[in-house]
Amino acid sequence: MRFGWDEDQQAFQDAARDLLARACPPAVVRAAGSAEVLDRAPWDALAEMGVLAILQAEDVDGLGLDECSLVPVVLETGRAALPHPIVETALVAVPLGVGSALVASDLGGPLVACAGDADVLLLHVGGGLRTFAPDEVDFDPVPAVDRARRLARVRPKPGAAGALLTDDPAVVGLAHDRGVLGTAAQLVGLAHAMLDMTVAYVTERHQFGVSVGSFQAVKHHLADARLAIEFAGPAVARAAWSTATEAPTRARDVSMAKALATDAADVAGRAALQCHGAIGYTVEHDLHLFLKRAWALSRAWGVRAFHADRVAAALGI
Amino acid sequence: MDLTWSTEEEAFRAEARSWLEANVPRDLPSGDTAEGFALHREWERTLFADRWAVVSWAEEHGGRAASLWDWLLFEEEYYRAGGPQRVTQNGIFLLAPSIYEFGTPEQRDGILPRMAAADDLWCQGWSEPNAGSDLASVASKARRVDGGWVLDGQKTWTTRGAFCTHLFGLFRTDPESARHKGLTYLLVPLDTPGVTVRGFGRLDGDEGFAEVFFEDAFLADEAVPGGVVLGEVGGGWGVAMATAGSERGLTLRSPGRFLVTAERVAGLYGRRDFTDAALRRRVADAWMKAEAYQLQTLRTVTRLAGGDKAGAEASLMKLWWSELDVELHELALDIIGADAEVEGPWSKGWQFALSGPIYAGTNEIQRNIAAERLLGLPRK
Repeated sequence: MRFGWDEDQQAFQDAARDLLARACPPAVVRAAGSAEVLDRAPWDALAEMGVLAILQAEDVDGLGLDECSLVPVVLETGRAALPHPIVETALVAVPLGVGSALVASDLGGPLVACAGDADVLLLHVGGGLRTFAPDEVDFDPVPAVDRARRLARVRPKPGAAGALLTDDPAVVGLAHDRGVLGTAAQLVGLAHAMLDMTVAYVTERHQFGVSVGSFQAVKHHLADARLAIEFAGPAVARAAWSTATEAPTRARDVSMAKALATDAADVAGRAALQCHGAIGYTVEHDLHLFLKRAWALSRAWGVRAFHADRVAAALGI
Repeated sequence: MDLTWSTEEEAFRAEARSWLEANVPRDLPSGDTAEGFALHREWERTLFADRWAVVSWAEEHGGRAASLWDWLLFEEEYYRAGGPQRVTQNGIFLLAPSIYEFGTPEQRDGILPRMAAADDLWCQGWSEPNAGSDLASVASKARRVDGGWVLDGQKTWTTRGAFCTHLFGLFRTDPESARHKGLTYLLVPLDTPGVTVRGFGRLDGDEGFAEVFFEDAFLADEAVPGGVVLGEVGGGWGVAMATAGSERGLTLRSPGRFLVTAERVAGLYGRRDFTDAALRRRVADAWMKAEAYQLQTLRTVTRLAGGDKAGAEASLMKLWWSELDVELHELALDIIGADAEVEGPWSKGWQFALSGPIYAGTNEIQRNIAAERLLGLPRK
């Protein structure tokens, strides 16, 4: 029994965090909300680091590692609110042999993030998973609350069949759960980011002649956020392990991770908005970039009730 | 990351399970009455006789020198088998870790085996009428005299104080001192002349609380083996904080009991003749929180095994398990419905659960600690 990332996994996570702090600061997230073309610089930097190859088999030049190596890195992409579809690509598509192109997918829901930016569209069609080239599909852009999601509905063009990856329900189910897992990790990362920026803000902000963070009401909001994060993190870690080891409890464990990560992002987000006061209620401040991403991811890849129901089913009730 | 148990650990679990299944008493009454307490004490002696009372302790003190991992497995099996809350808990889970950390060899060898055997039963003498969450304002005094200490003052809300034989408590030994300084951690036999104990009813009506009066009570230096002072004279606050860490964190509330309670709540829901999507999700939510507590504990034990010291994270543990316990029992009552007002194990458990956010430092204090010590927010 050993609960925690090993040294290599920890080092990979730390390196990804440093890289994203440089390559994907809030200005990059903000720009992704309005740019015609998505800036690929952060994506290329992650690819350079090997993130897209973590789940790729060694015999096709991948790193041949498992979800316990990838999920801590994905958590960091949540902390940075990375707009690029790292979950759909590195966790969902790469293990299916799609290579390391930028992949957008509707497996987690009908609204496809970064649909118009993708090299490959991975679509859930007729119970199977198929890949399509961008010119084989029709895009119907959707105005998203989080503009950096770059959402669209995507449909194969009439006559386009794409290339069948799998129609094995077990493989589709695993791909889906990998997406849930990655989204849960990103939500925990987002919760960390929102808590950290709020702690910094309430410490420096003074009202009534004292630091706002010295007020007990503010402390309690932020303690609640820390509490929710503290207990969501291990749920995500266990879900990564269950997925990596093909544990029979995988579906239950990823659903639990998503539910608790959703709670953490929700509590942290509400505390962050409240404790920032009016400055946080503007689009000039960066908080909204993280807040809106958390809202989106909380309901993508299965709403909370869906995941609670999966856990209930696993409990036999 | 390796979430599997070794063959040795599984063997230990199996041994514990089969012993517990054969020995756990059925339908013990509450341990918070004089008659009930006596029956629980018998159960503690049965545990001790087969060396299951304190598995993680040294063998010479009645334990098996089991690892923290084995201890967690034992705890889970204990509650799964239906074992009752331990009436020895304030001794074995709170005082004992502090004796291992701060006690002399004479204190360890003299106090621990009798504690494990339920020969001596320890209660915690911290709270006073004017010192609850604000423990540093304790006013009970101990005055140094030839060969011992003279105690004056009052402790209260002392759990099971009316049935215990000994008290560990904080006393002000420097009359000029204030707050955290000048306090000493003393070990006091309750039959010391000048000490009187009066039990009174907790929320559920059982005599689970006591107030303890000290009137010119002479506590001889050798009233307990190895001496009545734990740690240094004047250094009581540091010892008490170590004990508080045990109370808030790992040792007092192992995850097994909450996991088992969550499973029983699921069973309660499963036996109902109705379905209710919202109630069913609440069952799933409560189970997830119990499971998360288990995972967090595994993470904590991994860190402790790697040499880390427990820190202010214990406050987060305490917030989580205490609020989870309330949630689990409230949910059980909602599933039971109108019959929930009939006295029974769930209504009893509910009333006990409500004490969780209050004792061991209220949850408001724990949130302050988390905000100041984990997040670094300013104290003032």
